[in-house]
Amino acid sequence: MYNPTVARLTYRALLGRRRALILGALPALLIVIAVAVRLLNGADDHAATEILGGFALASMVPLVGVIAGTGAIAPEIDDGSIVYLLSKPLDRRTIITTKLLVAIGVTLAFTTLPILLAGFILNGNSQVIAGAFAVAAAVASIAYSAVFLLLGTVSRNAVVFGLVYALVWEALFGSLVPGARALSIQQWSLAIAERIAGPGADITSEVSLPAALILLLVATGLGTWYAARRLGSLTLAGER
Amino acid sequence: MTTIHIAKTSRWFGNVVAVNDISMDISPGITGLLGPNGAGKSTLIHMMSGFLAPSAGAVTLDDQPIWRNPEAYRRIGLVPEREGMYDYLTGGEFVLANAELHGLPDPGAAAHAALETVEMTAAADRRVSTYSKGMRQRVKMASALVHQPSVLLLDEPFNGMDPRQRMHLMELLRTMGEEGRTVLFSSHILEEVEQLAAHIEVVVAGRHAASGDFRRIRRLMTDRPLRYLIRSSDDRALAAALIADPSTSGIEFDTAENALRVQAVDFLRFTTRLPLLAREQGVRLFTVSPSDESLESVFSYLVSA
Repeated sequence: MYNPTVARLTYRALLGRRRALILGALPALLIVIAVAVRLLNGADDHAATEILGGFALASMVPLVGVIAGTGAIAPEIDDGSIVYLLSKPLDRRTIITTKLLVAIGVTLAFTTLPILLAGFILNGNSQVIAGAFAVAAAVASIAYSAVFLLLGTVSRNAVVFGLVYALVWEALFGSLVPGARALSIQQWSLAIAERIAGPGADITSEVSLPAALILLLVATGLGTWYAARRLGSLTLAGER
Repeated sequence: MTTIHIAKTSRWFGNVVAVNDISMDISPGITGLLGPNGAGKSTLIHMMSGFLAPSAGAVTLDDQPIWRNPEAYRRIGLVPEREGMYDYLTGGEFVLANAELHGLPDPGAAAHAALETVEMTAAADRRVSTYSKGMRQRVKMASALVHQPSVLLLDEPFNGMDPRQRMHLMELLRTMGEEGRTVLFSSHILEEVEQLAAHIEVVVAGRHAASGDFRRIRRLMTDRPLRYLIRSSDDRALAAALIADPSTSGIEFDTAENALRVQAVDFLRFTTRLPLLAREQGVRLFTVSPSDESLESVFSYLVSA
């Protein structure tokens, strides 16, 4: 289920070139904001929840997920180089699971660690806010990676659709339309943060914890399964 | 020794039939897949390389299906037409990655040997993005050869190559063919096929238009006149004798060439009658050369048919 060569190629595609800069920009911004708020406001639980929930989990994690999830496969499908992976005695499920693991690893590295660090800077992990959001981000990273990797196998405009989902659906609809919130990876992971954080942390989710866990598992599992299926019948359109 | 069997295979995309009921066997040696752009060559190659399921019929490697059978790739080397090839790797890393993906026992040695075969060891440490078109093509070849496949499929391999690179690749393919590998390459350029492959498969508008030695295919088209240029000790006497024979439909005396241009309608009868007639007339033949038996004329005939 894991091929080190596929992993190496995917890592180099994700972390090489300009993509690494984009990936690193948002976490860097988060740290800068955290330092600035701490210096101006002092330690503040409410500010920590606002920044980690409102910016980190709501915007940074899905954006990093889009870049890593779609970037793990979409460019290869787009330029046709995926043919070098597919024309090998390799199960296509192995290609997908390997790419998924790499996307998860990259998303985790660029979200969980900076969130933990920012949380400690903001309020020293008081009310376990830093820990709660770090765990939520980790779980969300897995689900985002699976969903956006699938998107990368389905659409040539994966990044656009990913951004629309991350920014319009999760951020905009999520805050305006109550029903949309229940169908949002952000809300599912918030349910986990809510459980972990102390009672004074003021973290609330639209969904209950069991429902959130089930939905996260289903989204990740279905996304991975269907991505492998898509890759299995990939016909390299545009080459005819 | 491996043969690709294509049996009554069709492939359609919605309402468009790209490949229409084609049956052919691709045997060891070099085969040229010839046809104009959009004739269905790439669709055929994609089916042979497991990237497209036939809508009807079967495409098999010996007797194993190729579609949804990754094990077939142990015997297939594919040189795709598209350029995308992990430009951020060096040529050496690229071929090594291909060797590893094949699960070869010693990928490093296999990659080195493949790079040597295509004479790319000197540039192996350069990034693929810095390569010329010909170098990319050679590294693609190395990646396709790294596991010593018995079948080599090349989609338009000469596209964009300069003459020297073309010669080099042709030489390489000839070697592969002589080694007993099944080499199939597609092209819409007649000279390429003519220079490299004695055996051709012609596809026109999704249909299998012709198969075999292109000279023989040409001869089989008896309903189309064949042109010969003939020089002899007495052209006019020979011309008179030839026009009296039903194998010949027209003769012109080419004063510039100082030769006869003969239009024959029956290849077999013409080639057996010509020497007999010459001897009867006491005429010595100096030159008998088919003047339009190039692939170009075969091809334009097939396309217009």
